[in-house]
Amino acid sequence: MTSGFLSQYGGEIANLTVEHLWLTGGAMLFATAIAVPAGVWLTRAPRWATAVIGAANVLQTIPSLAMFGFLLPLPWLGERAARIAIVALTAYALLPIVRNTYAGIRGIDPAVLEVACALGLTNTQRLFKVELPLAASFIFAGLRTATVTCVGIATIAAAVGAGGLGELIFRGVASVDNRLVLAGAVPAALLALFADAGLGLLERRFRVRV
Amino acid sequence: MPAAIEFRDLEVRTPQGRVLLDHISLALEQGGVTAILGRSGSGKTTLLRTVNRMVEATGGAVLVNGRDVREANLISLRRRMGYVIQETGLFPHFTVERNVGLVLEAEGREREGRAQRSRELLAAVGLDAETFARRLPHQLSGGQRQRVGLARALAADPPILLMDEPFGALDPLTRAEMQDMVRELLGRLKKTVLLVTHDLDEALYLGDRILLVEQGRIVADLPPAEFMGSGQPEIGAYIRAFRRGQAESREARR
Repeated sequence: MTSGFLSQYGGEIANLTVEHLWLTGGAMLFATAIAVPAGVWLTRAPRWATAVIGAANVLQTIPSLAMFGFLLPLPWLGERAARIAIVALTAYALLPIVRNTYAGIRGIDPAVLEVACALGLTNTQRLFKVELPLAASFIFAGLRTATVTCVGIATIAAAVGAGGLGELIFRGVASVDNRLVLAGAVPAALLALFADAGLGLLERRFRVRV
Repeated sequence: MPAAIEFRDLEVRTPQGRVLLDHISLALEQGGVTAILGRSGSGKTTLLRTVNRMVEATGGAVLVNGRDVREANLISLRRRMGYVIQETGLFPHFTVERNVGLVLEAEGREREGRAQRSRELLAAVGLDAETFARRLPHQLSGGQRQRVGLARALAADPPILLMDEPFGALDPLTRAEMQDMVRELLGRLKKTVLLVTHDLDEALYLGDRILLVEQGRIVADLPPAEFMGSGQPEIGAYIRAFRRGQAESREARR
């Protein structure tokens, strides 16, 4: 890429990167707010686990372009492309977070949970002092997978006009300009790599030796 | 004065109808150590766990200080009872000090008081607080973990201590050391203790009273001095089976 290209598109790349971050970050916030409590609830009602994790799995199998298409005609949601993008990305992020929260808590040594009950910890104390800290590494692993997936899928959101780095890629494909494709793809890949590395650090930081 | 713990016609059945405890009636006085002996699956752990409602009675009642445990608030009931198990169940993400002080933390006691109490209890179970307070459970040996588990059970100064095969996973030497320490400690603290064990020698050494449980029923209830001399066939069969098991495990170690 020449310096002329960068001086022409640099500002736009920066703006679209921020937009991309906003779409992904917003979706991850919603997905975490839904999926972590859902994963915890499943540990209390395990008979629902297969159904709920199965449903999240089905969401994951819907091709992203089709998902954006399905959401487009919906009232309120369809009025703004960013809303569609955030809802779709949230749906894709649910599965790894729910699954890992559930598996992380279910994988805790039963003796530890037994003692937590027997010592008279309340349900809330048990959750926040024992279960979530011991499952944290698993939960961060789920967040990591979900974030990397969302950074990638967010490039497709440009197809419905939600912005983000996909806009450069689509424009580059349409005009057969590989420089534009790379101007979208490289920052998207870097975002995914940074997210992966950062959340990987957190995952290791919260790993508990037993 | 009501009994510290009373089992009144206690029955526990599984949802499938299998009887785990069969109409047990028994009163335990304040301050004694009652050892519950029995083979695996005899119901001894189930009996212990009805006291803190980790297992719910399906018939009859368990009374603590004359009050049905089902009428008590579950959280405060459990906080009045120490609980020690073979696997220790130490919280692997907490330091030794925080593990010991967790019940106090759950009760909202201030940090300084918790730390001081933790250190007192570590000393009481034979661990140097300066050396061990900041360690994590994976940095401890099996015996040290059990000591921490015991200190944690005593943190809120509960009048009742429930111990489920606390030394079952330890090597014979560590086990003997722990038994000495516990005997000295319990003699000093005067807690009402229910100790589940399959180790006859441990029951004789630590117990003031020995219960033998078979198929969910108490078949013997005697002080240690009378237990060994009793001509009761169930006791004789248990002693022979225990000694045979000991001999076989010695043989296997050679």
